[in-house]
Amino acid sequence: MEIFIQNFMDIFEKYLPALLAGVSAGGQYALIAIGYTMVYGILRLINFAHGDIFMVAGFMMVYLSASLPWYIALPVVTILTVLLGYLVERAAYKPLRSAPRMSIMISAIGVSYLLQNAAWYLTGGLPKQYPVIPFITESVDVLTASTKIVTVITPFLTIALVIILSLIIKYTKIGMAMRAVSKDFETSRLMGIKIDTVISMTFIIGTFLAAVGSFLYFSNYTTVTPVVGAMPGLKAFVAAVFGGIGSIPGAVVGAFIIGICENLIKFVAGGAYATFSDAFTFALLIIILVAKPTGLFGEKTTDKV
Amino acid sequence: MDKKKRNSLIAFGLIAAMLLIIFVLEQIMPRGHMLFVVLKKSAIYALVAVSMNLLNGFTGLFSLGQAGFMLIGAYTYAVLTIPVADRAGVYFYYDGGLIQFALPVVVGILLAGLAAALFAWLIGLPVLKLKSDYLAIATLGFAEIIRAVVQWDKLGPITNGSNLLKRYPSFDSTLFPFIVAGICIAIIVLLINSSYGRAFKAIREDEIAAEAMGINLAKHKMLSFVISSFFAGVGGALLAMFQDTITANAFKTAMTYEILLIVVIGGIGSITGSCIASFLFVSCSEWWMRFLDMDKYNIGDLNILRPGFRMVIFSIVIMIMVLFYRKGIMGDKELSIDSLLALPKKLKRGIGRLFGKSKGEVTK
Repeated sequence: MEIFIQNFMDIFEKYLPALLAGVSAGGQYALIAIGYTMVYGILRLINFAHGDIFMVAGFMMVYLSASLPWYIALPVVTILTVLLGYLVERAAYKPLRSAPRMSIMISAIGVSYLLQNAAWYLTGGLPKQYPVIPFITESVDVLTASTKIVTVITPFLTIALVIILSLIIKYTKIGMAMRAVSKDFETSRLMGIKIDTVISMTFIIGTFLAAVGSFLYFSNYTTVTPVVGAMPGLKAFVAAVFGGIGSIPGAVVGAFIIGICENLIKFVAGGAYATFSDAFTFALLIIILVAKPTGLFGEKTTDKV
Repeated sequence: MDKKKRNSLIAFGLIAAMLLIIFVLEQIMPRGHMLFVVLKKSAIYALVAVSMNLLNGFTGLFSLGQAGFMLIGAYTYAVLTIPVADRAGVYFYYDGGLIQFALPVVVGILLAGLAAALFAWLIGLPVLKLKSDYLAIATLGFAEIIRAVVQWDKLGPITNGSNLLKRYPSFDSTLFPFIVAGICIAIIVLLINSSYGRAFKAIREDEIAAEAMGINLAKHKMLSFVISSFFAGVGGALLAMFQDTITANAFKTAMTYEILLIVVIGGIGSITGSCIASFLFVSCSEWWMRFLDMDKYNIGDLNILRPGFRMVIFSIVIMIMVLFYRKGIMGDKELSIDSLLALPKKLKRGIGRLFGKSKGEVTK
């Protein structure tokens, strides 16, 4: 028995860095995934531009912190990101509200294309170094592994934000309106809910969380490029589908599972399978879509398969 | 019947004239002129856009896997046709690679299509059950998986890992991609006008009604998916020839998005629309809007025109198209010989109206 425990501890210590990185990545994906899952719940739209808004938040921090101290830059970036999310919804999705779903999705792809090209133009296409936010980028020892403080903070901050969000959705009036709209668009409109306000609010919450996610993500990975949002964006979307799209706890659980698995794959066998860490995420997506299209916590609907 | 014969004669005449003009231009203009680069790339993109349109526009399956199938086509072609003598140089890190034979170009292109079709069949078995955006995201995922697998170190002796593939035979004349793409598009048009094509459209309009009419949904969806991928694979092989070197990293999701935008600009469900849009898209992004990237056209001290500005303007134009001209250039109509012949009449009527004459007077 003792030998078994000893063995287990050895393996645990060996994989601890990967686990820590995984939990941290999972937290960051979770913050982005909530934006996807909420928008999908209400508009039935895969917001392809969400990952790019996350990228823009990264760039804004790079430029603003050049002239502002970080404690002012953080809230300013958050506000600007939220504003961008709101504007994108008003300009690109609202005019298409009565159009077929495919048109809105194409519009989302167009916005993503525009944001990437604009970012490339404004930054000259060169990778930028993310500014150091004091305290959270210092290193810390967790048991036997050494890591940045941000890695440790991320999961706790994520869970705290998710709890606050769940409370908002459960107990406030706007939260109730959101639930109503995601259940039945037309009926809630008839009941006097202002659909546009609810949708705007959804985008505001989603982009706020994406901005927080960008602070954590880029403090960890530190370079910002115009296409940096695409992969985390897609992965967060996979997390949202995995957990059952439309469900916030589902998105969070899915994000943590994907983050941890991905980092373990990068780590096992000395990184021999590292090329498959992205592919694994998509394989997981296809397996869940084929086996259980509603995801882990999704509600039963008939229009998915 | 007579009219039909006349129309197809005119169409053939127009195609022959176009090919002749390209041939003559190639003789008199310098080889490396931008015109030929744009024409070659547009022909290839037209083929891929039409193949995507077959799936998205005619069968109503929203798939985003096009770049993945192009990658399979490009790699199959390149791997199978590199001359034996050059293999040691290309597969430098893998002792000359595993494959020690080279196939002729035509066989290579055909196998490129077949390989893409085979993968499409395998992928289609699980994912074609999914609907709309779920299908889109699953096919997109497959494209990403394929890209990762091709770059895998263990497959290096075949795919050369994440290194370049090069020195395979490519084309020099602009006519080559035109003829290959033209034949492929003609086959797709014939397919769309056949009973299969009508079944595809029925599925697009209403799956339940189509099923009730006796159309086998699974079979026809799979057929459309496999055929579309076959031509995407051929397009990938042509793109590989056009670029002279390929890496898996060029076939990212962004490429699928570009092709999707071409389809949307041309009109979802219009073959001629996709062709026109791909020529416009490629020539705008590669050629006509180049001046937007150059400093020398700046007015005064404003440093607006610098690399990247072209793509910003371009994406704004695309957003305007997507938001306000949702039907694209052609809608779901086709550019036909009849409508071309009717054009002078329409113009005449338009001019007549411009000068305030009533409709009756002009037609008299």
